[in-house]
Amino acid sequence: MERTEAELIAAVLKGDAASFEPLVQKFSPRVFATARRYARREIEVEDIAQEVWLKAFSKLGSFRGDAPFEHWLMRMTVRTCYDFLRGHQRNRESSFSELSEPESDWLERFVADPGSAAEDADAAKLLVARVLEKLSPPARLVITLLEIEDRSVKEIAALTGWSVALVKVRAFRARGEMRKILAKMARDKYL
Amino acid sequence: MNLAELQTKLIAAARADAPGDAVPYAFEKRVTALLAARVAPDIMALWVRGLWRAAVSCVAITLLFGAWAVLNPTTVAPTGDLSQNFENTLLASVDQSDQAQ
Repeated sequence: MERTEAELIAAVLKGDAASFEPLVQKFSPRVFATARRYARREIEVEDIAQEVWLKAFSKLGSFRGDAPFEHWLMRMTVRTCYDFLRGHQRNRESSFSELSEPESDWLERFVADPGSAAEDADAAKLLVARVLEKLSPPARLVITLLEIEDRSVKEIAALTGWSVALVKVRAFRARGEMRKILAKMARDKYL
Repeated sequence: MNLAELQTKLIAAARADAPGDAVPYAFEKRVTALLAARVAPDIMALWVRGLWRAAVSCVAITLLFGAWAVLNPTTVAPTGDLSQNFENTLLASVDQSDQAQ
């Protein structure tokens, strides 16, 4: 018979580390999907996921069980991704002059006629990934959670550990930061 | 260029590009193996390793001091009279103040 999450967690807390494996198996797809929002290379995604599980194991004693384990784990995942962003800010200063051909074409199509540049085009996805990489870590986190994953401010506050007011302030700044990056991209491309 | 519209388009592009949730093969086994290695550290091995390190340091210090003692022999010849030496050392400050006066 399959054991419940609560039973598995209780067994791990009693010292049975093997009971942690079914939890890793069940929730890893969500951890990996979240990590892939913030890290591009697969090796980095795996590192993040591994760190999340090691942290989850060592802090399992702090899981009170009044909310689902998945929520607790996702908080840890988002915070680990944020730490990753803060530690990997290498691409933020590069210029937009080295846009690939499809990206340049998509941008030109947008300038000529915004309606003709499809948002599901691969070039648009590459371009947005490039723009997101240039955002500061808090801006990228808040844009991803608020605009891309469509989460509420309250949810973001719970996931990040920030207050609701701080999330709002950071969201406002993040939109401004993104607008500045797009303006710089336009300047680099057309001036 | 309409930046607000471009921003909306790019956000929509990011939404359309949902990341995959594929997990590498046997990832859970790797995590469990890492945890097992962490959970059960060999306390005896750690203790023995620490003792060996301490022993090596002690031997190295002994050899250094031994070499120093051999290579730098004392220039003052010992008189052999321990009680006289002790008294001289103890009353050295008194002798010095007498000489000063």
